[in-house]
Amino acid sequence: MARLHVYDDRHADEMAVRVRGVTKEFGSGGSLTQALRGVDLDVPYGEMLMLVGPSGCGKTTLVSIVAGTLEPTDGEVQVLGHDLVAMSNGRKVRFRRDNVGFIFQAYNLLPALTAVENAAVPLLIAGWRRGHAVEVAADVLERLGLGDRLASLPSELSGGQQQRVAIARALVHEPRLLVCDEPTSALDAANGRITMELIQQVAVQPDRAVIVVTHDSRVYSFADRIAAMEDGRIESVGSGPHEPTPA
Amino acid sequence: MFWIAWKMLIGNRAKYLGIVFGVVFAALLIAQQASIFCGLMSLTISQIYDTAGPDIWVMDENVQFVDDIKPLSDTELFRVKGVPGVDWAVRFYKGIARARLEEGTYEQMILLGLDDATLVGAPQQVFLGSIADLRRPDAVIIDDAGYKRIWPGEPFQLGRTFEMNDRRAVIVGVTKASRTFQSFPIIYTRYSQAVLFAPPERKVLSFVLADAQPGLDPEEVCRRIEERTGLQAVTQEQFTWKTIWYYLKKTGIPVNFGITVFLGFLVGTAIAGQTFYLFTVENIRQFGALKAMGTSNWMILFMVLSQAIQVGVVGYGVGVGMAALFGFWSRTATRLSFFMPWQVLAITGAAVFVIVLLASLLSVRKVLVVDPAIVFRGG
Repeated sequence: MARLHVYDDRHADEMAVRVRGVTKEFGSGGSLTQALRGVDLDVPYGEMLMLVGPSGCGKTTLVSIVAGTLEPTDGEVQVLGHDLVAMSNGRKVRFRRDNVGFIFQAYNLLPALTAVENAAVPLLIAGWRRGHAVEVAADVLERLGLGDRLASLPSELSGGQQQRVAIARALVHEPRLLVCDEPTSALDAANGRITMELIQQVAVQPDRAVIVVTHDSRVYSFADRIAAMEDGRIESVGSGPHEPTPA
Repeated sequence: MFWIAWKMLIGNRAKYLGIVFGVVFAALLIAQQASIFCGLMSLTISQIYDTAGPDIWVMDENVQFVDDIKPLSDTELFRVKGVPGVDWAVRFYKGIARARLEEGTYEQMILLGLDDATLVGAPQQVFLGSIADLRRPDAVIIDDAGYKRIWPGEPFQLGRTFEMNDRRAVIVGVTKASRTFQSFPIIYTRYSQAVLFAPPERKVLSFVLADAQPGLDPEEVCRRIEERTGLQAVTQEQFTWKTIWYYLKKTGIPVNFGITVFLGFLVGTAIAGQTFYLFTVENIRQFGALKAMGTSNWMILFMVLSQAIQVGVVGYGVGVGMAALFGFWSRTATRLSFFMPWQVLAITGAAVFVIVLLASLLSVRKVLVVDPAIVFRGG
């Protein structure tokens, strides 16, 4: 069967993410499941790529591999010029710490920390002094319109505000790759739009790439390109805000 | 990151208090029971330490502890005196006598007979009357706890009388004395008077108290006494441990206390371990998020261990503090023996350390194996 993929004509140095022939299998024997069946994907710097598709199609698995939290079964994964497949676990942890920002569907804020403390977590992981980390995180939150909620706990914030804290946390250490997993699925239409606008304004930069996993068609218009997945493969690719077309 | 671990820990009040409760429970039970045990052991040896003066105790070779009286012949005193290296030696009577009180009731008493000439072994804290008054006819000095036991609620009064072996005894002094294992009133009198108060026996000498000549090692003098007399001679320190070991080996006391301490350890570990595990499982996505964001397994391990140690320190402090308060209260309000030496604190600390270590082991494993990709799997 011919492999469908998203290729970009630009030079490899311009690619933040280059995935070639990636497969991922879970289980073994009779319970073997093929989550990815030979995926090729390029994401250049300065672009927001959306991975869309039905539940179970493999988009979360693919983004986990690109983010360095999951090992592929086979294939090549180049992220920001690093070969993730060849990288040791320890180096991969440091790579994620220094280069990858995460926005999760369930926010995954630490409930015991205030908004500004949550936003400062990546800097604390990187070994910053707490006071300095909190100062920088407060600046980012103010840019995102949460300057008056710095001391609020997550439980005191609305869903949209929590997601903005998560965005601040994802960007505070200025990562070159931002990975967003269903960032608007827990939000209403208005908050979903605001969230995507923020991500587009703040995160999409010439030296940075953004990958958004979503099946929220309301936010497709924010994408530079949209890759549609189906059954572990990329079935089509299109340029936002248009609908995806077969590759 | 340790600050984050601490905030995560105290952020969930119910779980935090549950874990601390487990550790407090264990620390309290271990420290309190161990202290009562030490208190009981100190009762068994209190009379050895209260008998001030002698370095050396000489007794029948079969005596196993301080209350195990096997009377000697009076002539043994002179044999001991004749051993080279012995500076001085005196007689000492110790026994149980039955006293008939003015009211016609009877009371068991510990009767101590001091050498008539020197009064070696006399009580050190006579607060009413004087030791010299022991030289008067029928004179006895009684301990304050014993007085209160015989005449509860009545003020201390010299001149009160009672009978032992149909002989009149007159109280000429009241002293403070350490409580004994039998918790009977303690009566001090002269040796010659004591043998009259005691039930008649062919041999009445309980112990010979002796001292080594200056510059000589008491243990060496003990060896000489044993070689030359065939009696058993031990230093005060040796007699103390001999008595303690007797109670440890021949009674069920250590087993009973040991079971309670062990149960405290087990229950504390179970409560703390289970709650700590639930706390970790509840936070597993947060740990997963931290791992995804670049926190190493080592850092995660240190975070979990630091949470365990923080709980251990708080639980230990509160538990031991409560045990100390209990001891303070029991000393003033009850007759429960309570003695908390530093060894009890150290053992409790070690036990708490093991508890929090065991409690965190399961949690550590759970966190270390968690896949950071867990955070991508929806809410």
